[in-house]
Amino acid sequence: MDRRLTFDIFRYHPFTAGTEPRMQAFHLRETPGMNIYAALTRIREEQDPSLMFDFVCRMALCGSCGMLINGRPRLACKTFTRRLPDRITLYPLPVFRLVGDLSVDTGEWFRHVALKTGAWLHTSRAFEPVAPEERMDNETVLKVYEAERCIECGCCLAACAKVHIQPGFIGAAGVNRLARFMLDPRDERSAAQYFEVLGSQDGIFGCMGLMGCEDNCPKDLPLQLQLAYVRRTMAAAGLGPRGN
Amino acid sequence: MSRTHVTDVLVLGAGLAGERTAIEAAARGLEVVILSLVPPRRSHSTAAQGGLQAALGNSVMSRGDSPDLHFTDTVIGADWGADQHVVRLFVNTAPAAVRQTARWGVPWSRITAGERRLPDLAVIEEPEAATGLIDAKKFGGATKWRTCYAADGTGHALQYALDGMVLSLGITVHDRTEAIALIHDGEKCLGTVARCLRTGEVRAYLAKAVVIATGGCGRLYGLSTNSVINEGAGLSLALNTGLARLGNMEAVQFHPQTLPPAWIPVSEGGGGYLLDRNLDYFMPYYQPQNNKQPYRDVTARRMEERIRAGLGVEGPHGPHLWLDVRHLGTDHIERHLKSLAAFCRDFAGIDPARELIPVRPVQHYVMGGVRTNIDGAAYGLKGLFAVGEAACWDLHGFNRLGGNSLAETIVAGMVVGKKVAEFALGEALHYTSTLVAQHLAAQEDRLRRLVAGQNGSENVYALQKQMGQILTEHAGIFRTGSGLETAVAALAELHRRAQKVGLASGGRGAVPELGAALRLPGMVRLALCIACSALARTESRGGHFREDHPNRDDVHWLCRTLAYWPPGAEVPVLKYEPVQITELPPGKRAAPA
Repeated sequence: MDRRLTFDIFRYHPFTAGTEPRMQAFHLRETPGMNIYAALTRIREEQDPSLMFDFVCRMALCGSCGMLINGRPRLACKTFTRRLPDRITLYPLPVFRLVGDLSVDTGEWFRHVALKTGAWLHTSRAFEPVAPEERMDNETVLKVYEAERCIECGCCLAACAKVHIQPGFIGAAGVNRLARFMLDPRDERSAAQYFEVLGSQDGIFGCMGLMGCEDNCPKDLPLQLQLAYVRRTMAAAGLGPRGN
Repeated sequence: MSRTHVTDVLVLGAGLAGERTAIEAAARGLEVVILSLVPPRRSHSTAAQGGLQAALGNSVMSRGDSPDLHFTDTVIGADWGADQHVVRLFVNTAPAAVRQTARWGVPWSRITAGERRLPDLAVIEEPEAATGLIDAKKFGGATKWRTCYAADGTGHALQYALDGMVLSLGITVHDRTEAIALIHDGEKCLGTVARCLRTGEVRAYLAKAVVIATGGCGRLYGLSTNSVINEGAGLSLALNTGLARLGNMEAVQFHPQTLPPAWIPVSEGGGGYLLDRNLDYFMPYYQPQNNKQPYRDVTARRMEERIRAGLGVEGPHGPHLWLDVRHLGTDHIERHLKSLAAFCRDFAGIDPARELIPVRPVQHYVMGGVRTNIDGAAYGLKGLFAVGEAACWDLHGFNRLGGNSLAETIVAGMVVGKKVAEFALGEALHYTSTLVAQHLAAQEDRLRRLVAGQNGSENVYALQKQMGQILTEHAGIFRTGSGLETAVAALAELHRRAQKVGLASGGRGAVPELGAALRLPGMVRLALCIACSALARTESRGGHFREDHPNRDDVHWLCRTLAYWPPGAEVPVLKYEPVQITELPPGKRAAPA
């Protein structure tokens, strides 16, 4: 426990003129229960208050703090130093636009994909305030919830080689979000309509089955299962009669 | 030259209350812009796991429930500090508000017919007729099972559904943008000056109506369950006008069971036992009739008493007690307490099926906020509204029931959103470019002085830490007159020093230190509002407990504190107004079994 840790941290403020990308080393004495959140907060408050990184909830619910920790995409809030070597390297997540140092614009990426794919419940039915709710089978609800749980941290995208070479590919998180609506009986879109947004190289057929997504999902989502479900459904829609 | 954005409605904050308000206004044809510190789906609302109270009465355990019972529970829970006409509006609207979110895609957990075993081994049977309707679970302070939930991620599911509606309605969201001052002419609020957290650029936003939906200010305290962004930004903006008032800032809730060191609320649905260092199950000593789920403020006090009596366990992050859920069994824990198990595993390295869970009460919620009327309109400035935890309209009085805060976000968003829209539809945008330029210049001057290091050399993080310690020590679960006097004096001193911050980073672009330095004086003013309001209130009510005045005093204190900050003042000015008692006169407070 009495370790002296070295943090090698990527530094670059792209919006500030005259700065260049570089690595900077910081040293901290390890404390009990130290995670990357606690370490970075201490570095900012005690050593370099210009250090940029993103935390919001600190409990793996908000998806803000994805970063490369010793080369692997992880949520910094649930990564503890006791499981890491004395030297810890921190890079921002790739794929996303850099805001500064370890802070990247995952929000912008996900907003763009959500708009592009129509990632909300599509229904033509008006809400009647006094009527009881429509019934739903709880097993179906749980299936929807299993996909709903994604916190859009971007770790699966950073771990996907295909996303790196094909910037338009919506990746596991993008497909999983659409799977959530395909599984929801309240959504009125037909398979053919989903095919319009998913039946392409940028959609489900961009996936090469590398499985980096599921291996690196901090929420343990069954991403391969969701990708397979969407691939099957979209293949059937693509091969079937038009308008099916 | 700074960029200026003009819109009909400007919403500060993209959590549940902000987005629900924005949806209501946009659905009525208004142009809406939302500013948010973070992408909407990262808001603190997503951390709310428990659920949402609405009297749907679907489950066999909810049979006979009604808005009337929800009303009574809320008012008693609030220790009669709530405005009863607001509570009535809230409980009557909640069922429709929940059903509407089902239409927007929230995967509410549903009832399955048949037998089910509860943690206390009782067996209940849901009838066939209820199958597929929205389920509810038990929460402290509620007579019936009334808390609707979406598995273990109610806040997350709600936020994603609402954000989907925001996307589908084409509402503009400027994330990573922080409002740093309200633009007003002394009578009407006209917009905000904001700072881009990507580039540091300063912009003006002008609107017919401005809505503060920035959430709470838990981060004023050293120990809090709140997200790191919950620094009371909107409350500071309102207070700094010298015109708007903050209601009941002394009314702070402490969550009894939080897991160190991140202070994550861990709820086990009432099936667990709280133990002290001797593994003594102590709650029955205090509440023999009802030891399961007393009000949060009561449980927090009993726990803190135990720790003060030396019966806490010394841990690496301070003293704590134990929560024992081992008797519930692995199966129950894995099926029904999934998130509790995950938190214990991921953040404390504990298996709750075999080990005791360290817990301690810390700051969780503020019942106080920007004082508004029942329409969400802020006192003191026309065109300014507030909603959700940032507001005090005043649903929660001196203690909020679990499940009422999520419910408040969507109900108040619906109600206030409509009022905001009505106001904006009947209002012309009138401003002078001189006034906007003055407000911009004032903020740019503030930034320039900080960057140039003209104010002094105080360390912003050191001052913030001191503020957190002062509040936790003197304005926490137990309060005394002398402790609060110490706190007020120390905070007043901190307030002076907060004007003298110097930046170690140079403050270029969007460096975080500059943002912290801009926020700090406002945060210390909020801390002073809490300490001064708590010092003045010489009674105990709900979450406000004075050891030197341990009883509720309805003769003198059945009223709401209003704090405002005249220009140049060193401490807030306090005024009082009566609480609206329309249905249920003050009586004895005892939690339902």
